Amino acid sequence: MNEFIEAKVRLRWGEQKPSYDVVIIGGGGHGLATAYYLATRHGITNVAVLERGYIGSGNSGRNTTVIRANYGIPASVRFYQHSLDLYRQLETETDRWIMHAEKGILWMHHTEMGIRTERARAHMNQAFGADTHFLTRKEIGKLVPEIDLDGGGRYPVLGGSYHTQGATARHDRVVWSYAEGAMARGVDVLQRTTATGIRLDGDRVTGVETDRGFIACGTVMSATAGQTTTITDMVGLRMPIRTHPLQALVTNHYRQTFHPIVASAELAFYVSQTARGEMLMGAEWDRQPSYSYRSSLEFLRSCTAKAITILPFLADLKVLRQWTGVCDLTPDSSPVMGFTPVDGFLVSTGWGTWGFKAIPAGGEQMAELIATGRTPELIAPYSLDRFARDRILADAGSAGTQ
Amino acid sequence: MKLTCPNCGTRSVEEFRYGEIPRVPDHITDPDARDLDRVFMKANAHGTTVEAWFHDFGCRRWFRLERDTRG
Repeated sequence: MNEFIEAKVRLRWGEQKPSYDVVIIGGGGHGLATAYYLATRHGITNVAVLERGYIGSGNSGRNTTVIRANYGIPASVRFYQHSLDLYRQLETETDRWIMHAEKGILWMHHTEMGIRTERARAHMNQAFGADTHFLTRKEIGKLVPEIDLDGGGRYPVLGGSYHTQGATARHDRVVWSYAEGAMARGVDVLQRTTATGIRLDGDRVTGVETDRGFIACGTVMSATAGQTTTITDMVGLRMPIRTHPLQALVTNHYRQTFHPIVASAELAFYVSQTARGEMLMGAEWDRQPSYSYRSSLEFLRSCTAKAITILPFLADLKVLRQWTGVCDLTPDSSPVMGFTPVDGFLVSTGWGTWGFKAIPAGGEQMAELIATGRTPELIAPYSLDRFARDRILADAGSAGTQ
Repeated sequence: MKLTCPNCGTRSVEEFRYGEIPRVPDHITDPDARDLDRVFMKANAHGTTVEAWFHDFGCRRWFRLERDTRG
């Protein structure tokens, strides 16, 4: 399968300079992708990316790597389909193998109400460019024979949708590809550098305080996850964001190939197979707002119970690892991107439990916004002022976890 | 995680429903801005905070709880 020999990823670490044109806080997928597209699409390379730990150590290294575009509102289907398309060509563009594997995603429902909305959602997705078909119970049984169609008696599979372009990719490789591409063009990625304050002149950003000294800059973008309000508090900005933990777990190796990615809407559960053969699964986010990375027995118990309800063979596997990330959740389950009332301060946040799939499009669009000073059409609906304008993008049903 | 209900004692967090107590900062004075803040904006406390919780699978009553969001 993987017969070509890869060249080593070449990361060129920079030294902190006293000033930059653009400072991005957060060296995860979104921050690095923004730096990459600023450098490649707009020739803006006097850019620093600040990372508190090491690159990809936040949610970029903790997610379950699902790439899909089957969302519930037209704006999101367009945005995520664009992201999905960028992912498909990322290996060609960066010349790096991100282990992108297209396997489709099956989205099951166990109630009459659920399949009615899912049928409508499948049509809507198809109409806006995300290839999705409605499947009957029988077709689901043929597609994934391992599924218990009676759902243990309590969660019978009544139908679902099949999103053919659903995929997974290796999260670290995505982060490294963007980091390498940005660094090669002169972007400074500064690890172990914490932003401790943002300096303002009136309502205008003049620089960022870090634990390694002050950096003067005219544009600051927050691309952190979980800690968004810590950053926005520095400029006195109120945000519609609450931080909740989200957990995931992975089992030992399952001997057979398991396609596609399987999700259950009513159970709020999804599972996919990693390239190593492990079964990777996730369920709902923790009820309590928290910044804690602690994993819980409650999650382990409820997630595994859901797993064997749908896929009984999973009972024969063992849980190898369980981990936690902290997510920025918005009231309408859609991200917040773009300008803020503070001149020169931008946000790319509210990625909640669905940030990985949005990395290429989020980065590309934020880079265009920074370079041109105008909000691109694709992300205009996601602006922070949508709450004041009564233009909410309610899409909780598409989050995969709830 | 476990929470302590004043009526039922210490139970698993799965039995409870979270309820946020909106806290609009005093410096926001415009009535519309205060409404907007109250509905959508979050303090997202990083540390000790007072929350409302509903004991769904217990006494079915709201109560207040002080909790550290870092733990």
